[in-house]
Amino acid sequence: MSQDRSAAGVRVELVDLRRRYGEVRALDGLTLEIRPSELVALLGPSGCGKTTALRALAGLERLDGGQILIGGRDVTDVPANRRDMGMVFQAYSLFPHMTARENVAFGLRLRKVGSTERLRVADRYLDLVGLADRAARYPHQLSGGQQQRVALARALAIGPRVLLLDEPLSALDAKVRSQLRDEIRRIQLEVGTTTLFVTHDQDEALAMADRVAVMHAGRLEQVAAPTELYERPRTARVAEFVGLTNRLRGEARDGAATVLGISVPLLEGSVREGPVTVLVRPEAVELAPDPGGAARVVAASFLGSIGRVRVRLSDDTFLLAQVSSADVARFGHGDPVRVSLRPVPALATEA
Amino acid sequence: MTAGLPRISSAAAAPLPDGRSAGPRHGVRRGIREVLDYLGILPFLLFIGVFLLWPTCTVIVGAFQDAEGRPTLDNLVAVAQGTYLEAFALSFALSAVTALLGAVLGGLLAWSVATGRRDSALRRVVAAASGTLAQFGGVMLAFAFLATFGFNGLVTLFLRDRLGIDLFAGGAWIYELPGLALVYTYFQIPLMVIVFLPAVEGLRPQWREACLSLGGDSWAYWRHVGFPILWPSFLGATLLLFANAFSAYATAKALISQASPLVPLRIGTFLTSEIVLGQANLGKALAFGMIVVVAATTVLYALLQARSSRWLR
Repeated sequence: MSQDRSAAGVRVELVDLRRRYGEVRALDGLTLEIRPSELVALLGPSGCGKTTALRALAGLERLDGGQILIGGRDVTDVPANRRDMGMVFQAYSLFPHMTARENVAFGLRLRKVGSTERLRVADRYLDLVGLADRAARYPHQLSGGQQQRVALARALAIGPRVLLLDEPLSALDAKVRSQLRDEIRRIQLEVGTTTLFVTHDQDEALAMADRVAVMHAGRLEQVAAPTELYERPRTARVAEFVGLTNRLRGEARDGAATVLGISVPLLEGSVREGPVTVLVRPEAVELAPDPGGAARVVAASFLGSIGRVRVRLSDDTFLLAQVSSADVARFGHGDPVRVSLRPVPALATEA
Repeated sequence: MTAGLPRISSAAAAPLPDGRSAGPRHGVRRGIREVLDYLGILPFLLFIGVFLLWPTCTVIVGAFQDAEGRPTLDNLVAVAQGTYLEAFALSFALSAVTALLGAVLGGLLAWSVATGRRDSALRRVVAAASGTLAQFGGVMLAFAFLATFGFNGLVTLFLRDRLGIDLFAGGAWIYELPGLALVYTYFQIPLMVIVFLPAVEGLRPQWREACLSLGGDSWAYWRHVGFPILWPSFLGATLLLFANAFSAYATAKALISQASPLVPLRIGTFLTSEIVLGQANLGKALAFGMIVVVAATTVLYALLQARSSRWLR
């Protein structure tokens, strides 16, 4: 039996998953479909149920209700060790008494693959994650990022039907995190394994995933491609959790809302009539220094490639605007500015 | 200290922004601070010197001298045979048996406690009781056992009078090595819990889950992950228990008054008996043997601990 294979992606379906801890509903009817070879990021704040969903898919969490289908087969009651899933954990989970190579070969050892073959496969996956020269090292001799790469190789070496990543980058520093997320995406595309990736970091989710599923209180708020999720959020929670948002008062009528005297087209799912709160991205706000402007600059921040300027409007509400980094110097504290909005479609909720 | 020298000289060379050189004064202050730091541990070093190093040196030197102070190996040759060798063998056997019993039973208790909730009452009770009972040795413990299982002990009398069971039908075992083994095991179990519990608690749930997700069952986890990780800690703790039993004196002295079958009791005899007067260096040779055994055990324990603590951090 050869384990040296890249598993063809399979379809994963989570249907109406339910799980309660006392009075808390960790999963409250979660339904999600992951297409073959797709990488879906499950995004949400702490306690929204995303890790519970992933663990339920892994078979590590009991469900109160619902169904899990992998490749069309119901695995809801299949124990974790027979689900054929590779998992990378948030905390370092390498076996400390085994070398990197032995860790990667461990799943194959359990499958009774001969030692020569399993070490060959282990070396191939270590090479895939760029650690072929660290094969003989023990986990305590590896950095955090290297340990997570080995964990990824270990998860992939068994040729899993589904790859599960439980916040694998959260314990790493920013630079390593950024490198490793690109690496994980490259490897996932290379092996083509259907992948569910849990994170609370929107940058990670948007950068890595084919689609992002935003969760709140055990339910799915929206699942969409990163650009669509950012540009066309369906709920206020999604708009506010993914990216930065200004809440501005306006008046909706005929598919548009009038905000700061400007007509802004409304997204699907918006409140269509009457007084509304319009969720406007900072990049849709335009500022111009103007001695007669009614708004005042509160603070201007240089963030490298971009800048952000916080202004106070005449009605004492605050507004965040994104400007080019070169323009940051044009806005000093207390300077009067004129505010306008670009007519980018926005979501309107009840005022 | 050599590493500090270049640091001091480079500090001396570096001028402050206002042109003053801060180096020498800084260096002197640092030196004073370091001396003060060492002064803090002086009482401890004195204590160790007077009550550990000095007696140890006396024992080691004495073991290689005759009564007139001349160098000799006769003492070591003498304690390596006859009744002295038997005393070492019995001490070894008793320590090994009670260490193994304590390790297995205490290990199981530690494991059952560790698998429960961290804030459970059972855990608190076991931890507190272990802390106390591990130190509950000596005359007190011997008396407690004699009052319970001795010739006129409560349990002995109850079994004999009410149930017709004679605990001593096969001999006065409580006053002999089997009794000593039972009493030693009593304080070995809680000591094992104290020493081994942190290792069991160090097993990460992710290791079990990783093993599961890779296709292993519970047996595979324990066989390939749990036991191999815990093994050095278990072995180390067992060695500690061995050293603990090997060097115990008061409990054995209180329980076995008729003979001196163990090495510590033999050494006690050399300190107190008039019969062996003039053979004090023989006692030192026995003590030297104990030092070697306990030191070797402790070094092995430290090596094993260092290995497993790296895994269980």
